[in-house]
Amino acid sequence: MGTLNAANTMIQAAESGFHAPSMAEFFPAAFLFEGTPFEMNRVMLIRIIATVAVVVLLAVWARRMKLIPSRFQSAMELAMEFVTIGIAEDTMGKEKAKKFMPLIVAIFFGILFWNVTKLIPFLNMPGTGVIGLPIVLTLVVYVTYHWAGIAEKGLGRYLKDSLILPGVPPLMHILLIPIEFITKFVTQPFTLAIRLFANMMVGHLLLVLCFSATSFFLFDAANGFQFFSILTFAGGFFVFLLEMLVVVLQAYIFALLSCVYINAAISDDH
Amino acid sequence: MTPVHILAAAESTGNPLLPALYDIVWSAVCLLIVFLVVWKYVLPAFNKTLDERAERIQGGIEKAEKVQAEADAALAEYQKQLADGRAEAARLRAEAQEEGAQIIADMKAQAHSEADRIIASAQSQIEAERQAAMVQLRSEVGTLATDLASRIVGESLSDDQRAANVVDRFISDLESQSSAQPVKGA
Repeated sequence: MGTLNAANTMIQAAESGFHAPSMAEFFPAAFLFEGTPFEMNRVMLIRIIATVAVVVLLAVWARRMKLIPSRFQSAMELAMEFVTIGIAEDTMGKEKAKKFMPLIVAIFFGILFWNVTKLIPFLNMPGTGVIGLPIVLTLVVYVTYHWAGIAEKGLGRYLKDSLILPGVPPLMHILLIPIEFITKFVTQPFTLAIRLFANMMVGHLLLVLCFSATSFFLFDAANGFQFFSILTFAGGFFVFLLEMLVVVLQAYIFALLSCVYINAAISDDH
Repeated sequence: MTPVHILAAAESTGNPLLPALYDIVWSAVCLLIVFLVVWKYVLPAFNKTLDERAERIQGGIEKAEKVQAEADAALAEYQKQLADGRAEAARLRAEAQEEGAQIIADMKAQAHSEADRIIASAQSQIEAERQAAMVQLRSEVGTLATDLASRIVGESLSDDQRAANVVDRFISDLESQSSAQPVKGA
C-alpha cells in the first residue's frame, strides 16, 4: 500500500519539517469559556456548525413540504424513508418503531452530519472524532433500550429474557448468564461508542497523515523524494473516497444497531 | 510506526477514551437540539405529508371508481334508450302497416259498395224501364189485338190467301208503326 510505505518514509523524515498528526489535533486550545463545562474549542464549534446545518436542512425541508414534492423534497423523503423504513421499521416492525422513530432519525442524521464535517474543507474534523459525542449517543441508546425493555415487560421478566437463553441445559447457565450480562450491559454499549469514535478518529488521522506527507514531500523533502508525494496524494485521495463511504456507513450502523438493541429488549422472542 | 507516535501523543493530552466535561456537555446540547427538532417538527410534518398524500391517492382512486361507475350507468342507460327507440320504431312500423292494410281494406269495401250501388241502381232503372215497356206494350197490344181483330173480321176469314195477306199487312203495319213511333225509353 502506498500509504504504508509513505508512512514509513515519513517517520524517518519526522525530525525535519514534517509534522505527524497527533491526538492533540482532537484537543485544540479553547477560545471561549476555558475551564468551564461550556469550554469551546474548534471541535465543539464544528459540532455546533454541523448541528445547525442539519437542523436548518431538516427544518427547511419540513417547512416547504408539499403534497407534490420538488426534487429537493423527493431526495429528502428518500433519505428519510431510508431511515424510517429501511432502518427502523424493517428492524422493529411498524408498530414498535413508531415510538422510537424520533430518536433513530435524530441519531442517523445527527451522526451523518457530525461525521461528514471531516470531509468538508476548512472544517476537516469529524464532530464524532472526540469520544464525548459517541458516549452521549450511546448513553441515550443504552438508557432507551433498557428503559423500554423494563417498561414493556417489568424488571424481572426483562432481566430473565435478557440474561437467560431458552433451550439451554441448566448447568450451562452458570457460564451463559455472565456472558449475556456482559454482552447486554457492557459490550454492546462499549462497542457501539468505540466503533463510531475509532472509525472517525482513525479516518481523520489517515487523511491528515497522507496529505501532510504529500505536502512534506512536495515542499520540504530533499530532491528526488518529490516523487513520493504522488503516492501519498493518491493514498490520501483513496482514503478520502473511503471516508465518504465510512461517514454514511457509520451513521447507518449506529442507527441500525440502536434499533436492533431496542428491538431485542422489547421483543418477546429471544 | 505511526500508531506508536499517535499513542505517545495521546498520552500527552490524556486518555482519548475519557471525555472532558465540556465534550459531554456540547455533545448533549447538539444531540438534544437535533432530537427536539426531529421529534417536534420534522417527523410530524413528514408523517402528515405522507398521510395527506396517501389520502389524496386514496381519494383519487375512489373518485376514479365513482366516475367509472357513472360511465357504466350512462352506457347502460344509453343502451336501454337505444333498445327502447328500436322497439318504438318497430311498433310504429307495424302500426303503419296495419293502418295501411286497413285503409286498403276500407277502400276496397267502399269500392265494392259503390259498385254494388251502381249495379243496383242500373238494375232498378232497367226494371223500371221494363215495367214501363210492359205497361205500354200491354195497352198497345190491346189496341193492336182489337185493331187486328176488326181487320180480320172486315176481310173474309175463310180465304187462306186473303187471311195471309191480312196478317202480312198487319205485320208490315206493325213494323212501320214501330219504326215511325219507337218504344219509349229505348
